[in-house]
Amino acid sequence: MNKPLIKLEQINTWFPDNKPVFGKPTSWIKAVNDVSLNIIEGECLGLVGESGCGKSTMGRTILRLAPLYSGKIKFMGDDISKSDDKGLKPYRAKMQMVFQDPKASLNPKMTIFKILSEATALNLRVAKENYLEQAVKLLDLVDLRPEHIYRYPHEFSGGQQQRICVARALATDPKFIVFDEATSALDVSVQAQVINLMKDLQNKLDLTYLFISHDLSIMEHVCSRVAVMYAGQIIEVQDSGSLFDTPRHPYTKALKNAVPIADPESGKELGILKGEVPKLSDPPSGCHFHPRCDYKENICVEKSPKVRKTGKNSQVKCHFHEELWKRGVLRYT
Amino acid sequence: MAIQENSYQMMAKKVVKEHQKQKWFQLQLLLKRKAACLSLIILVLTVLAAVFAPWVAPYPEQGQGVLNIENRLQPPSSASLLGTDIYGRDMLSRVIYGARISLFGSACIVFFAALIGVPLGLWAGYNEGISGAVISRVVELFLSFPSTLSAIAISIIVGVGWPTAIIALIIPWWPWYTRLVQGEALSIKRMLYIEAAQMLGYGKIYIIFRHILPNVMTPVIVMILLDLGPAIIAIGLLSFLGLGTQPPMADWGLMVWEGAPNILSEWWISIVPGGAMFMVVIAFNIFGDALKDILGSNR
Ligand SMILES: Nc1ncnc2c1ncn2[C@@H]1O[C@H](COP(=O)(O)OP(=O)(O)OP(=O)(O)O)[C@@H](O)[C@H]1O
Ligand SMILES: [Mg+2]
Repeated sequence: MNKPLIKLEQINTWFPDNKPVFGKPTSWIKAVNDVSLNIIEGECLGLVGESGCGKSTMGRTILRLAPLYSGKIKFMGDDISKSDDKGLKPYRAKMQMVFQDPKASLNPKMTIFKILSEATALNLRVAKENYLEQAVKLLDLVDLRPEHIYRYPHEFSGGQQQRICVARALATDPKFIVFDEATSALDVSVQAQVINLMKDLQNKLDLTYLFISHDLSIMEHVCSRVAVMYAGQIIEVQDSGSLFDTPRHPYTKALKNAVPIADPESGKELGILKGEVPKLSDPPSGCHFHPRCDYKENICVEKSPKVRKTGKNSQVKCHFHEELWKRGVLRYT
Repeated sequence: MAIQENSYQMMAKKVVKEHQKQKWFQLQLLLKRKAACLSLIILVLTVLAAVFAPWVAPYPEQGQGVLNIENRLQPPSSASLLGTDIYGRDMLSRVIYGARISLFGSACIVFFAALIGVPLGLWAGYNEGISGAVISRVVELFLSFPSTLSAIAISIIVGVGWPTAIIALIIPWWPWYTRLVQGEALSIKRMLYIEAAQMLGYGKIYIIFRHILPNVMTPVIVMILLDLGPAIIAIGLLSFLGLGTQPPMADWGLMVWEGAPNILSEWWISIVPGGAMFMVVIAFNIFGDALKDILGSNR
């Protein structure tokens, strides 16, 4: 415990914004922009932020599914940022991801058995003739009935499909799992079940989670620590217990204060903030949040703030965090 | 712990048994549809008749083209159930032998068109880079010419005869499969389960054949079934132009054209092979549609 499992050192994930026939793109979508962060063994780290700020991309970057532009990713002390597909093989089993849309993450032409076996193949401790037994075991682990193992994904409900996805993630015997809004497509009652299952599994199997979500209330309930992302950057990290009561960054406070409205299309709760969501291809100068900040000064427009530690496992990226803290204007009352 | 491991084993055994029971379910669904079932029977009988032509045909040597001039242009009778043609050959025997070229030829065309077209389409759909772009351009080039005209041109260049006619038809036929599969592969590629497979470290070839191919198989199978009829007609057309099957052999298409001059008086010469062709084309269509429904419901 308390050792970092994953260390991110100034990672950048940029997607080309325009694709010239020859040469390099001239403009980039900086979905992850200079992020440094530790993920501690055994914790559940939350990642929160507005839609499109780069949360999914960050999860995918850690798993080396999105192209890393620069920076270092260390997993259990090993640098995996330069590894190619072959070099990543031993790490693939150790890091898994569960996606938002369970239906789309399961191949409709494969039985549950096949889906699970494909993942079990990475778990070298299970021999091929034991795949069926292992699949039954995995389904039992996620509270699904093993009789359904030869069924196809469309025969299950959304909550069951998400359990199958969790079972697939567990099949490789991982250490680290990214949950990318894994519950936001589900009904509220089902959501609670899946979240409880996740927490049980974390305790039972000593897992480390990165939990990406829009929903602050779930975040406070599930995560031990929360990172707040804004326009591709991590602007604050704090223990989940204190983050929303005593935020140190103006954006964190704004996020909490934003009135949640139910979006009938996705069922998500979206916080609406004043001002415009910044363009990732052309973010504002200096501190990316300055156009929407109530406390901005000249320096915020000119200079990007440094990341400053505020505690053992917390950090903030704001020029005036100390001053604002002293004034107490951000505290939630 | 040991007890639990044991119970997992027992559960696994039970699950296998259940599964075997369910396996027949899809086939049953298909057999429940009367029209599809009838079509299947017609198709199976036709194929069997073609394969066992020497035993099934009443006059096998006439079926292969031996003349029988004294009985020319006989209407249907007990001696020859479907009448005789201008050379006095028994129409039933002729139609059974004609089925050999028509069915085998169309199966060849469609099979090889799919065999070439599907992998190219998968590759082009999954790799949007240069190789994909080249394949797309080639497909567009082929599809910009009318297929029949290119087949005729190729036939003239390569030479006459039914084997070359089949090749001449495959060449403009495969791009249709590439186009169908490429579009499907392009959309499947964006599905999360592809990313999940990448996350497990599986490579390009594995993902193309294990994840994308099974998901494009339904439209491909349906297209194959629906193409078999038109392929029979296309061979017939080349034969009529003297480029395909050479007399005294015949395929159904050629036989229809042979009977065309006498259509008003000796109608059976055209109607018999035409009817056979019509029946088989429709049967393929109905069967293809039924299969589309049943396979589609699995999505
Ligand atoms: N493969 C890609 N190619 C190009 N641009 C991409 C790619 N993936 C993501 N992006 C861009 O990166 C930005 C961040 O996307 P991302 O999905 O990470 O946001 P998010 O925070 O997860 O949003 P949401 O809450 O809606 O899921 C978006 O502007 C998106 O258009
Ligand atoms: Mg996302």
